[in-house]
Amino acid sequence: MAKKTPEVPASSLADIAFMLLIFFLVTTTMDVDSGLERRLPQWVDPDQIDETPQINERNIFVVLVNRNNDLLVEGEYINIDELRDRAKEFMANPTNAENLPEKEPKEIAYFGETMVTKGVISLRNDLDTRYGTYLAVQNELVAAINELRDELAREHFGKPYDELEEDQQSAIRDIYPQKISEAEPKGKNVGGN
Amino acid sequence: MSKFRKKGGKELPPISTASLPDIVFMLLFFFMVSTTMREVTYKVQIHLPEATELSKLEKKSLVSYIYVGEPLRQYQKTFGVAPRIQLNDEFATVDDIQDYVTAEREARAEEERPLMITSLKVDENTKMGIVNDIKQELRKAAALHINYSSRKRAER
Repeated sequence: MAKKTPEVPASSLADIAFMLLIFFLVTTTMDVDSGLERRLPQWVDPDQIDETPQINERNIFVVLVNRNNDLLVEGEYINIDELRDRAKEFMANPTNAENLPEKEPKEIAYFGETMVTKGVISLRNDLDTRYGTYLAVQNELVAAINELRDELAREHFGKPYDELEEDQQSAIRDIYPQKISEAEPKGKNVGGN
Repeated sequence: MSKFRKKGGKELPPISTASLPDIVFMLLFFFMVSTTMREVTYKVQIHLPEATELSKLEKKSLVSYIYVGEPLRQYQKTFGVAPRIQLNDEFATVDDIQDYVTAEREARAEEERPLMITSLKVDENTKMGIVNDIKQELRKAAALHINYSSRKRAER
């Protein structure tokens, strides 16, 4: 029988690997960073603010959040669970109701001439509003628009919005734009006006 | 009967540990792939709010962070319990944000600058006053693309 080659001691390899493992466990975090993506409006000097373009009353969806984290939508108290449906109804205006936003015809790729809503969501909060509430409201508004886009994508292309081509997505974005405007918050109670 | 006696008589061979490193390496690689390095040491307590419409921050190198929350217990003697802003490893005030954004922008390559995202990690019990101040400063610094960091909530 040939001479046996001596075995390389592998017992300390485990220790080394454990050390590395513990190092990585301590210095890293598991959570993937994710969040609600938004774009802020361009900064305008308060002195040279020109007359803000007049928007028709029926085209604005007013959402107010006061310091007690209550919601006032279009002049009535509602629960946050109802906000998404209200916002969807406002943006879609399926029955062309008088009190919901106007629509204007627009030439859009894939769709031809389509009626596009002129609705704008206006969100205003108090300085003492909880951040958690503010984000929940933002989330519902973004969710409403995302759901409308998804429904349209399924109806027209037979696919969810995420799976569409880039230019198809952009066409849908033109029909349901994410128009959420945030006014400067009022220091006093915002529910008054 | 002899069957049983035989078993007790022989000595148990030692368990081979040769495969232990392989197992540990497997764990190691799992953790290396699935986790990310900590960016800073938190000096404030942050309990993120929940949301459903999340988008992931794809490129870590393009993201700069702003933390807002109550100072941790050991800093509360010096800094109080009111929510504070943390930039990098330091407590900061609202006025420091513009400088911070400029510094972050300088640190990136020119072609990456328009793609930069500011991630706001804000405790859910913070008042909006401080968040609004930050947003105004970010607008002044022209860092308009922001991301309200939040946790995933199951769809109702």
